[in-house]
Amino acid sequence: MRGMSLIVQVMTGLLAGILLLYGGYIILHGHLTPGGGFAGGVLVAAALILVSLAFGAVEQVERREYILSSIFESSGGLLFLGLAVAGYLAADYFFRNAGLFYIGRPLELVSGGIIPLANIAIGLKVGAGLFAIFLALGASRFVMKE
Amino acid sequence: MLELYLLLAVMLAAALVASETRNLLAAAVALGLVGFSVAIMFILAQAPDLAIVQIVVETLTVVFFTAVILRTTDVDTTVTQGLKMETAMFVAAFLAFGGLFLALIIGVLQEIPRFGEPVMRIAQEYVQLGLERTGAANIVSAIILDFRGYDTLGEATVLFTAVVGVLTVMRLASRKKPGEF
Repeated sequence: MRGMSLIVQVMTGLLAGILLLYGGYIILHGHLTPGGGFAGGVLVAAALILVSLAFGAVEQVERREYILSSIFESSGGLLFLGLAVAGYLAADYFFRNAGLFYIGRPLELVSGGIIPLANIAIGLKVGAGLFAIFLALGASRFVMKE
Repeated sequence: MLELYLLLAVMLAAALVASETRNLLAAAVALGLVGFSVAIMFILAQAPDLAIVQIVVETLTVVFFTAVILRTTDVDTTVTQGLKMETAMFVAAFLAFGGLFLALIIGVLQEIPRFGEPVMRIAQEYVQLGLERTGAANIVSAIILDFRGYDTLGEATVLFTAVVGVLTVMRLASRKKPGEF
């Protein structure tokens, strides 16, 4: 893959940032509006995949992208697990939320205790995980074709 | 209890047929019989959610198996005569099953509890206490990340396993080329 035509590349350049921003918005507002970590993570992964398809980044993929994706994916998983274990250590059961974390006033951005944090963790995990799968599939097809 | 044992016997027979037969298509159909029997077992054991998932997965599996078998083996699918008769039979069967399904689904839809009035007490509790206990306005987030956080951890583990599996397989596939990652 050598990337796509100029029209696609210019459009991607304009759209990718908005897509990433919207994905981040969906993740961060998961406890207020419909959506959350899974949906927003898919949006983030879609933006990254769009860029790499349009500009042909797949054939120059190196260890760096793999390792970065893996690190983000694993750290998202660890963060989520850490939230669960924090509740367990501090208050004796998994995913303790009420009374331990800051609940805040409903409908504010900083509210809901661990729910926004868990959304961020899942968003990291889903976004990086899907992008890693895409990289692995795309890169291996390229290698096999050679 | 008796019907469970009968189903078990059917499943055993179908599994034996699936592993012993020489005809791949027959094996796929026998495998589908096993899967759908499992779905009926779930219904008998009063686990309708699992039954629905099992039916969907099993249907897809049979369709995929059949598609793969038809594409990779030489099955004589050409029909030379009696085409009109078969088409008429297909249409008749389609209409009959479609009508049956429609009648069933109308009956089922009338049994569903009204919106906002769940049958289970625990669900009622989630709806009523969600905002107060978690402070999250999105009730779906409140349920999947707080009340049911353990389930979500399992889902995240499924995704993690999928990523690890793909990366492992693809790394093995690409290791054959020296010089590339």
